[in-house]
Amino acid sequence: MNLGQAIVEALESLSSNKLRSVLTILGIVIGVGAVIAMLAVGNGAQNTITGSISGIGSNLLFVMSGNTTQELTNIEPLTMDDANALLDQFQAPSVEGVAPVVNGDVTVSAGSESTATYVYGVTTSYEAVRNYHVTEGSFITEDQVLGKASVVLLGPDVAKELFDRTDGLVGETVRIEGQPFKVIGVLESKGGSAFVSQDDVVIVPITTSQARLTRRSNDRIDLIFVQSISADALSQASEEISQILRTRHRTRVGQDDFTILSQQDFVETAKTITNVMTIFLGGIAGISLLVGGIGIMNIMLVSVTERTREIGLRKALGARKKDIMLQFLTESSLLSLFGGVIGIGLGWLISFVVGKIAAASGTALNPVVGLDAILLATIFSTAVGLFFGLYPANRAANLEPVEALRYE
Amino acid sequence: MENSTIPVIQTNDLKKTYKIGEVEVHALAGVTITINKGEVVAIMGPSGSGKSTLMNLLGCLDRPTSGRYILDGEEVSELDDDQLAGIRNRKVGFVFQSFNLLSRSSALANVELPMRYAGISKERIQRAAEALESVGLADRMNHKPTELSGGQQQRVAIARALVNHPAILMADEPTGNLDSKSGKEIMDLLLSLNKEHGTTLIIVTHDPAIAAQTQRIIRLKDGLVEEESK
Repeated sequence: MNLGQAIVEALESLSSNKLRSVLTILGIVIGVGAVIAMLAVGNGAQNTITGSISGIGSNLLFVMSGNTTQELTNIEPLTMDDANALLDQFQAPSVEGVAPVVNGDVTVSAGSESTATYVYGVTTSYEAVRNYHVTEGSFITEDQVLGKASVVLLGPDVAKELFDRTDGLVGETVRIEGQPFKVIGVLESKGGSAFVSQDDVVIVPITTSQARLTRRSNDRIDLIFVQSISADALSQASEEISQILRTRHRTRVGQDDFTILSQQDFVETAKTITNVMTIFLGGIAGISLLVGGIGIMNIMLVSVTERTREIGLRKALGARKKDIMLQFLTESSLLSLFGGVIGIGLGWLISFVVGKIAAASGTALNPVVGLDAILLATIFSTAVGLFFGLYPANRAANLEPVEALRYE
Repeated sequence: MENSTIPVIQTNDLKKTYKIGEVEVHALAGVTITINKGEVVAIMGPSGSGKSTLMNLLGCLDRPTSGRYILDGEEVSELDDDQLAGIRNRKVGFVFQSFNLLSRSSALANVELPMRYAGISKERIQRAAEALESVGLADRMNHKPTELSGGQQQRVAIARALVNHPAILMADEPTGNLDSKSGKEIMDLLLSLNKEHGTTLIIVTHDPAIAAQTQRIIRLKDGLVEEESK
């Protein structure tokens, strides 16, 4: 008996017991659907997160105080002088721009509205280095930095939160931590939302922030954004920055008291995190696939018992062990294959709905059903059917014809 | 008949012992019989006499505990399961008391089944149709067993048993589930098939009227051949 005939017979047998077949398939459908949906949502989350990190800029370096890999004692904080030293054309020819930043959490209010947000104290170079644009008003000027002016740029999210609009706000007054600041502009939306929204910020002169908001000593800064002359010069720029800071901080060899990260480093970290999340979710969904497989085994065992006489008859007519084996394995594999195919459709649907819900709630999450996930689910579900069909099929194949024929 | 002296079944001291718990039951205690080609033989005996066991052994459904059995020139008592399946497929046709048709499949598909296991694919449908014609069911080929009367179902079973041209046809109480009229028709059909094609026919029965229509009766008692009569 060849495979084609076995498939035809299996289809006849499965369709003669439609409700049971459908219920058995359901376990696999849910399992495969869950796996597909989880992988798709995981992929989508990864794309969103890495996408928004990439939006930060590909030729940008983050210089921070401290060292994440070693325990160091006397760490020197980064200062304005450090930042200015990086602008040296001779020691750091790969550096295009430098933007020192102090930052902190603040509460911003206007009238009765108030919102918790993130404040960046910046210099004039921040606009070019971070590629920020204003939709109205103008960026912070050199005079405002020198004069510690009480002026603020609002991120679009903050503007919406406080005023329900993003235009006509220049000249308004907002209070940051209770102190009045004059609005001099509104930032253009950068879109994307990952760990920290780039739109949910307020920007003030760095001197103002040091003196009145984050209360740092005059010189101390939290972070330096460095723009390299090109994306290819990124590692060169990183090396130059390290040399300058090592000299300035007089660090011991191999004991840098600062950390330089590129956008790529953040992407890698985020990918690692989302991969772990995806595997975790997929694994949980995989358990339901396993349960579906056990359901198939259960039904196949019932089916073997029910059809003992039929098996006896087939053996009397000349069916060999492998013929009976093939018959039952074909049935269980077909069950799970159908379940897998329908499950892919279900998973696709769930992903689509999750995407719609995310879009409706303003989260940029676009689940991606990959071809690899579909292939994986199809192969895996058929394998589940084969594996869990093996025992019942073997049981059927090893029935004694005399006993089987006598079975009532 | 000219070929009636060629033996198709030869057994020598065939024994079958079952173990039920600690007790050994000698279902067959040494049966030596010879059945020639083209013969019509009845096997009779009270229940527990071993006639079912003998039928299972002669039909290659089971192996003897000891003894020899030569079917159509082949020693079959030592073969393994799959080899026995092949022998059943090619040399033995079965007709059961309860028909044993696949209820999901049409009459034609039921008759095709032995040829599927024989690996015949080309002329399968044609041969199955011819077999159904020869039992008078040419117009019922696509009916399911549930749409057929008992007598018709048994005809389908007979067509299925004959489709691979077996050396012997084993019928286990072939009329037991039928009314007397259909029973008689089935017996007439079996006897006419024997006359036309020379198929060796072995009928297991407890009905003396059926046995009387055969050429020879083998009576069993307590696992032994009690008498052979013509």
